[in-house]
Parts: sequence; C-alpha cells; structure tokens
Amino acid sequence: MRVLAALSGGVDSAVAAARAVDAGHDVIGVHMALSRNRDEYRSGSRGCCSIEDSNDARRAADKLGIPYYVWDLSDEFHDLVVTDFLNEYAAGRTPNPCVRCNEHIKFDTLLERAQSLGFDAVATGHYARVVIRDDGVRELHRAADAAKDQSYVLAVMGPEKLARAMFPLGEIATKSEVRAEAAARGLGVSNKPDSYDICFVADGDTKGFLERALGEKPGEIVDEAGEVVGAHSGAYSYTVGQRKGLRLPRPAADGAPRYVTGIDTDRNVVTVGPETLLSVRELVGEDVVWLAPDVDAASPTPCLAQVRAHGDPVAGRVVRTGDRVTVELDEPMRGVAAGQSLVIYDGTRVLGQATIAKRER
Amino acid sequence: MRPVAREAWLEASHRVGNASSLHASGRSARSLLEDARERIGAALGAHPTEVILTSGGTEANNLAIKGAFWARRAKDPARTRIVTTAVEHHAALDPVRWLASQQGAVAAELPVDADARLLLDSLAAELDTHVHLTALVSVQGVNNEVGTVQPVAEAVALAAAQGIPVHSDAVQGIGHVPFDFAASGLATAAVSGHKVGGPVGVGALLALRDAALSPLTHGGGQERRLRSGTVDVAAAWAFAAALDDAVSGLDAEAQRVAALGERLARALASASPGAVVHGPSQGAPHIVHAIIPGASSEALLVALDLAGIEVSPGAACTAGVVEPSHVVLAMGGPEEHALSTVRFSLGWSSTDADVDAAIDALAGAVAQARR
Repeated sequence: MRVLAALSGGVDSAVAAARAVDAGHDVIGVHMALSRNRDEYRSGSRGCCSIEDSNDARRAADKLGIPYYVWDLSDEFHDLVVTDFLNEYAAGRTPNPCVRCNEHIKFDTLLERAQSLGFDAVATGHYARVVIRDDGVRELHRAADAAKDQSYVLAVMGPEKLARAMFPLGEIATKSEVRAEAAARGLGVSNKPDSYDICFVADGDTKGFLERALGEKPGEIVDEAGEVVGAHSGAYSYTVGQRKGLRLPRPAADGAPRYVTGIDTDRNVVTVGPETLLSVRELVGEDVVWLAPDVDAASPTPCLAQVRAHGDPVAGRVVRTGDRVTVELDEPMRGVAAGQSLVIYDGTRVLGQATIAKRER
Repeated sequence: MRPVAREAWLEASHRVGNASSLHASGRSARSLLEDARERIGAALGAHPTEVILTSGGTEANNLAIKGAFWARRAKDPARTRIVTTAVEHHAALDPVRWLASQQGAVAAELPVDADARLLLDSLAAELDTHVHLTALVSVQGVNNEVGTVQPVAEAVALAAAQGIPVHSDAVQGIGHVPFDFAASGLATAAVSGHKVGGPVGVGALLALRDAALSPLTHGGGQERRLRSGTVDVAAAWAFAAALDDAVSGLDAEAQRVAALGERLARALASASPGAVVHGPSQGAPHIVHAIIPGASSEALLVALDLAGIEVSPGAACTAGVVEPSHVVLAMGGPEEHALSTVRFSLGWSSTDADVDAAIDALAGAVAQARR
C-alpha cells in the first residue's frame, strides 16, 4: 500500500512510520504545520508545531529513508479546531479540540490530500487497534496499553475514514516499549518528552487563552437558589463539574464544597451547587457517528459510556434513534458537560460517538 | 557540481596553506587564490581587484546593500532611501527590510508588471522625487522564480545619471545570460558558486574600486578589508573553474537549454489549461515557471518529487512550509496564484531525456494537484 505517515516530530509517530515501512508499505512522511505564527505555539518539551518539531520529524524521515514534506494546514486548523474551540466555549459548552482535529484535520483534510495524491492510507502514532473481521467489518478497539489508549479521540472519524487509517502502535504493551524501539532504531526523538494538554494553548493556561480571545466578561456566580455567591470574569471559561478556581468568598452553609452545575452564556451566569446536583443517570448525545454496522442499538443495548479522554467508562444501556443516542447509566456519572464527546463501547470495541447535548432543565 | 569544478577542488585541496600567511605554503595558497580571482574576474568582465570573495550570494548581497547604505549615509546622513524591486530574492530583499526596520533606512520596493518586470517609470519617478535622499538602487539581473530578465541597463542609465550607485543581484543569470561587469555601469554585483555548477559556500561580490562600502565583518582585513576572514582557496579555485566552464560557450549552451525549456513550457501549458506559463521566450533560458490556478504548490511539489522530478514551489520557510510567493503576489494576480506555482530549473546537466520524464509526469501531477 502507499501510506502517508503523519510525523508530528514526536516519538510515537516516528515509530509508527517505521513500523509502516517495515510492513513493506511505500511510505512518505508529512509534518503538518498547524500555525503560521509559530512563536504563539508552545515549544520544546511541552509542545507541538515548533520549528524544532518539524526538524525532529525531518530527521526521523531521514533515518527511515522516506520522502518528507511539510504541509501547511494552519488555515484549516485555525478555522476548524481553534475557532470551533472558542465558539464552543463561548456557547457554554466544553469542547475537546483533539477530537475536532482528528475529525477535521488528520482524518479529513490530510486524508483527502493523501488520497488525491494516490495514497491508500494515513498512518499515525495513535494508540488504538483496528480489527478487521471475516465479514469485512472494521472494528475500532482500545489500545492494548489502556493507559495510552486514544480510541476515545478517534471514534469521531466514522467507518469510511477508519478504512483508510492505520495505527501501527495499537498492539504495543507500554509506552516504554515505543521509546526502546525508537532508541534501537536510532531515532533521535526516543527520549523526547510526551506532549500534554492543548497544543495551541501556549502556556497550558486555557482560562487565560479564552480570556485573551473572547475578552473579559465579568458576571455573577449564583447558587441553586439564585443567590449571588461570587463573581467571575467570563462564564464561558467554566466547565460543568469544575471545583477549582471558583474563588467563592464564603463557604456554603453546609460547609460542603461547591461545583459548577450550570453555565448560561446568554445571561453570563455561572451556577454552583453541591456535588449531588452534578450526577446524571442519563446521557443524551447528538451528531452520532456509528462505527458498528452490526449493532443497531434500536432497543436498549448493554454498553460502556465515556465522556472524557481519560475518564472512567460507566456501564449502561444505549438506544440509538436517528441522529441521537441515549444512554441509561447503571450508576450516576459526574461532571457531564454539553459539548463533550460521548464514546460508547462494547467491551474494548467502539460502537459509536456523539456529542453531549445541552441539558434541558 | 561540474566535473571540472570537482577536479579543481580536489587539486587545490592538496595545496594546504592559509593564503594570508607569509611563508612558503601561504604563498602557494595565495598564488592559487589570486589565480582564481583573475579567472573569476575574466569570466565576468571584472578586474581582479574588483572581485571580493564571499561565502556565497547571500553574503555578497548583504555586503553590497548594507555596506553601501552604511557608507553612503555616513557621508551624507540624508541618504537613507534604498530603492529596489518587489521581486528581489530574499537574499537581496531581506537586507533592505532589515535596514528599514532596524537601521533607519527607508525602503522603496518598486512595482513590477504582470511578467514580474520592474516598471521603469516608477524608478524614474522615485529618483525624480527622492534623488538626494537615495543611498542606492538594487535591481536583480534575472528573477529566480519567474525567469524575468530585468532592465538593469535602463535602471543604471536612470540612476547613474544622478550619481546613484546601482547594485545587482546577478546570482540567477550568470552562465545563462551574458554578463559583463565593466560594461554594465553597476557599482556592485553579487554572484554565487553553486548556481554555476561550482561548490556551495562560495561566491563573490564584484565591486568597483571606488564603490562606497562598509564591511560586515572585521578582523584580518582580507578581501580589500571588506570581508575579513580566511578565504577558502579550494572553493574559490573550484568556483573559478566552474564559472569558466559556464561562461565559455554560453551562447550555444543557452540555445540548447532554451530549446529544452520551450518544450517544457509548451507541455506545461497543454497539461494545465488556464495556466500562466513563463518560459525561455519570455525571459531567461533556464527557468520555466507556471501559475496553475486551482492547483496547490504543495501538491505539485509532492506529486512531481515522487515521480522523480525535482521542482521548487517558489518559497518555503525554515520549517519547510510552502509559502505564498512574494514575486507572484507582486505580479498582481489574485492572491491564490501565489500558492499555485511551480518552477522548473534547467542547467548544464539537463538533457532531453530529463525533459521527457518531466513532461511524462506533468499531466498526472497537475490533475492530482487540482483537487
């Protein structure tokens, strides 16, 4: 196969590309430049997209003996990921930009360009497994290394894109195995630190990033009875379930900690309340992407539901009707926020993905 | 590298010595360096004294532009204007912009026509208004992206009449279009080793004896005190050999290359209807440039590279991102043209078979890039 390997400059994508080469594919390496103003983006150990990263990616390609190109996807990234991130927060929702990047950039823009140049697949350093069944159905599964599993952020790509994706690291037992393999292959990035957080938030300060982009918008923090209990600098920068950083002047009457239970960006009001108000027994997701053609879930079907990249899955039963899914949970789940990505599993297998809808209250 | 240059390099590398030393091996190296200087001067119509060896075209352009600006302003503080074109190579454009942002210079980047050719009226108007404020004029010989041959002689006529020195970045044209420094009326001209089939890392600034120049580097006072630093004699000798080879028989070689370029230009035009093609009949014999509306420079580069054809997208940043071409933007077309370009360069080693291979790859590449 002709394979385009996305090379971020990190160790995972470099080893993934190496494994694609070893598998006998005809491989080229492409580094996606996601920002025109590279200084805005974090550099060194924390980041992505720096000139150093593109050099690291180039050196990996040199070592593997594959052609290497840098493609400018900064406009697409800005419009489809960064702007979406800001719009979602401005609307009081909690987006996951990595999900959007996989959906729109890696497995759409990049995949399309690869296809138009005659490539059959895009290989990335994501940790997830694709299992092809005898009947041809492709199942997306959690990675063998549960701690590194990224099936949560990949589910959004849907079945057609999945057929053209390749995750050579899916069977790896631990990250240290990848580092050891990189070192054995003489790849200079073998000791490069992992990147965390959101790549386009230069200093890791999401609240500051949102304030700079959306402007300060001071307002009130109220309790469940509507009484003003504090002040905020912009309702958009809060997340349902958040406890830290509320800076409430007085403790609650019962002395229990308070959490964000609601965000109303139209009225610019943040509502707080006790932990009990955070729990939900039902999840409703819209914009469904379904990956399991053999499981229609028209009637309640046992599943596991996950709403955060590193959140614990909760057991329940899913029903899919049209463009919506509803999950009845066996036990309450905390901190569910509109805009989050809901991924539905059957064991390790991803059945589908949806976006948590705004709660009617 | 041309075989004669490689041989010259190997030969010179056996002659160890610092050309600045006064002992026997120093004298031997110095002798070869001066031989090289004479050969380079002879090939370009310059007196040996007028040849200042540098690390390449970029340094030569920097020395000419910054050096002239500093020296001219030192004599007359009013002379802060640097007049140039909007389509210079970055090696000649960025020094001007740096002087403007850091050193109090005023940059006048003159417009060009749709073929990237300097509009002489704008130069005349500029000099009419600002002649007493002008430090220097800088106009490239041949545009490196589109192949346009600039009206350097006309620019010199306008500027020299007013006593304004003219610099020319001649890097792109040497060996492809005739060049005679003595006849040109230029104060300075930059040339590069690897562009004529010599080694990289060597070039020269041709500078009249009385050209007002301040040095960029200070130290041992080599190269007329304008370029301190031990000279790489082997590279200079190889550069001289390559230049000799490139300039001798230039007419016949230019005809041969132009025929190849014409064939490629015609194939480009027919493979990509609607394309704006600049080939040898519009400019220099060795550059074929196309603006292919709807095609992405990035995709063209990849598709052709994977087919074994090496082209340039116009411009790329240090990270390797294809950037919009400032030359194509200056030509006045729509903005998307600046990211829909491809440039083929031909040279002494190009053959009919190379052009056949490029033509074979073209149709598929253009179709892939026109998504």
